[in-house]
Amino acid sequence: MNRKLLTGNGAAAWGARLARIDYLPAFPITPQTEIIETLSNWIEGQELECRMVTLESEHSMLTAAGAAAVTGVRVFTATSSQGLLYAAEMLYTVAGWRVPLVLVNVSRGLSSPITLEPDHNDVLAMRDCGFLQLHCATCQEVLDNLLIAYRLAEHPRVRLPVLVNLDGFYLSFTREPVQIPSQREVDRFLPPFEAGSISFRGGEPLSEGVTVLEGSAYSYFRYQAHLASLEGIAVYEELGQEFAKLFGWDYSALECYCSEDAEIVLVMIGSFATKAKEAVDRLRETGRKIGLVRPRLVRPFPVAALRQALAGKKGVAVIDQNLSPGKGGILHGELASVLYGTPEAPAVLASFVGGLGGRDISSEEFFEIHKVVQRAVATGITPEPQLLYTEEELRSLRKMQSVARAVRSNQGGGA
Amino acid sequence: MYRIRFHGRGGQGMKTAGRILGTAFFLAGFEVQDAPRYGAERRGAPIFAYVRASRNPIFERGIISRPDLIIVADDHLPAMPGSGVLAGAGEQTVFLIYSNEEASLWQERLNLQGSVFTLPPLAENELRFRGAACAGGAAALLAELDVELLAEAVREEIDPLGSELVADNLEVALAAYAALAVNRGTVHEGGPVSAIDYASPDWLKLPCEETLLSAPAIHAPATSEMSQTGLWRSERPLIDESRCKRCWWICSTFCPDGAIQVDEERRPHIDYGHCKGCMVCLNQCPTHAITAVPEEEAAAQGEKP
Ligand code: SF4
Ligand code: SF4
Repeated sequence: MNRKLLTGNGAAAWGARLARIDYLPAFPITPQTEIIETLSNWIEGQELECRMVTLESEHSMLTAAGAAAVTGVRVFTATSSQGLLYAAEMLYTVAGWRVPLVLVNVSRGLSSPITLEPDHNDVLAMRDCGFLQLHCATCQEVLDNLLIAYRLAEHPRVRLPVLVNLDGFYLSFTREPVQIPSQREVDRFLPPFEAGSISFRGGEPLSEGVTVLEGSAYSYFRYQAHLASLEGIAVYEELGQEFAKLFGWDYSALECYCSEDAEIVLVMIGSFATKAKEAVDRLRETGRKIGLVRPRLVRPFPVAALRQALAGKKGVAVIDQNLSPGKGGILHGELASVLYGTPEAPAVLASFVGGLGGRDISSEEFFEIHKVVQRAVATGITPEPQLLYTEEELRSLRKMQSVARAVRSNQGGGA
Repeated sequence: MYRIRFHGRGGQGMKTAGRILGTAFFLAGFEVQDAPRYGAERRGAPIFAYVRASRNPIFERGIISRPDLIIVADDHLPAMPGSGVLAGAGEQTVFLIYSNEEASLWQERLNLQGSVFTLPPLAENELRFRGAACAGGAAALLAELDVELLAEAVREEIDPLGSELVADNLEVALAAYAALAVNRGTVHEGGPVSAIDYASPDWLKLPCEETLLSAPAIHAPATSEMSQTGLWRSERPLIDESRCKRCWWICSTFCPDGAIQVDEERRPHIDYGHCKGCMVCLNQCPTHAITAVPEEEAAAQGEKP
């Protein structure tokens, strides 16, 4: 084991390398490109034996990834934001093929307006495609979850592709200490893929994604993918324990931080959750009973574990780094469906939307969220959803708006 | 926890500076988080990099709002709108400014409460080594970082960029360290934000506004003119009239910012208010009529911007 400073992108590349990937279809997009660049340098330097192919779009990239996976080789690819959406059709299609592959998404807010910074609308737009989704909070988790992702995808009870998500900038370009296991250590956890029946070859015909023109058969196949995805919860837990035996730290579908005796719990996914941990530590110092629950698995959604972790809590604040226009925070709705009607459901389930397009969430804002939920618990009135957006921010936006609407004599086109 | 911010411009090595300092801390046994921060990458545009270092695991993430040390790698930055150099600076914040001017002058000019140090350019061709100089200077102000750690960090970070670059960068970093070593330990670790007497965020209920305002569209024409990208320039392209063949279009077509206008006599004119100093024109001119002159030098020679 070698402890080094690595960016999230570097950790993703190391994960793919240690997984001994065979095939790498690629198409560039910020902030993901560095992953592919790193891997291609290793391939060039013969440190990694892998076939890399550049495609003309993310749609083709995913098609190539799925087609290669059908032959039983280990496939890795990565994209971000608009690229993920451009590949969307093939994400649904390839998931239906029931073959394993791992796709990294480096989260970046979607257009329009255009941004490079992260939020989770890109990855959550792919929530229902059939890929399993692992969401990372640290660079270490990126590397480790890539290894786990292959075991999960290749597991006979699952056999679905897995998407590993990391946040642009906050992880992708941020260096943190990461334990890089040796190849020998990884080989014990993730041996070469025994593909079994996944063995398409030239001369051995196979029809993937066949036509079923009536709803009954369609229902069966779609629901089978759902059931296989649900199997992923128990399999992830098993793998997390096995990982712990070999590497010394474990993984579980939920990260529960100081939540056991907490009265108020924050729920969020992704790297901003470590900011929440910082705020939990500060609030705990002042005697407040607060904790954090962070789903690592978003698909399958660890419903039972969430119910258990949140049972009997006085108040829950869901902080969504995404927005479904016309509804609100996506995770908040998911949590409501998890908790509704359970005997010990928290009385207050408050919604906060923050961190859109990479907007920071300050410690003070976490403290304030705690205060708002505490007040709601006392009064029994759940507050309206709150966008984390300040007077100060609106003032600076007004400046931009005045420029955007200014009457100018210069119409452009040269002096 | 140490919270440190480097401010510079694209091309001045701020990412490298942050990584050198981050690696030095890491080698000293600290937990570290370092990252560069930029928009669409543009040479010359203001960027920053940050480093956090602590004896405990680091849960904070992203921008540093209360820095203990701010390194300014380009002394034009403080005056530049939106550069954010002074953001969050308080009494405890130490400044290290890469500048030929006196520290006291900067202290007064920017009304800084904390200690201010300056680091004058130490090397020939210093632009190439500015990142290493800033990292070396910063390391000198931190009690836990010594010369050996700095040297090892420079080697580790520069070697992947080209082993032939190590020696020069090392020399510059160590010279910067030596120049500031008497001030070792000036920077102190800041504490966490208090969860008791914090300033409440002034969240608002965003009203629904008319589309003309609330859709992300720019209705005013030619607003890019208002953005003085000329301030990003660290080198100025100068056209030597005697060599220019007045080919009429090459430099002006290739200029990504449309900053070269050609007059009726086919003579090219550079609009230095908007030329960002990318030197695309210099590379394209077939008669090699364009040369790059460091901005300070051009200004000192009385070339009018
Ligand atoms: S091409 Fe030349 S004139 Fe245009 S911005 Fe770049 S340096 Fe300036
Ligand atoms: S490209 Fe060179 S020769 Fe042509 S107009 Fe520009 S400066 Fe003159």
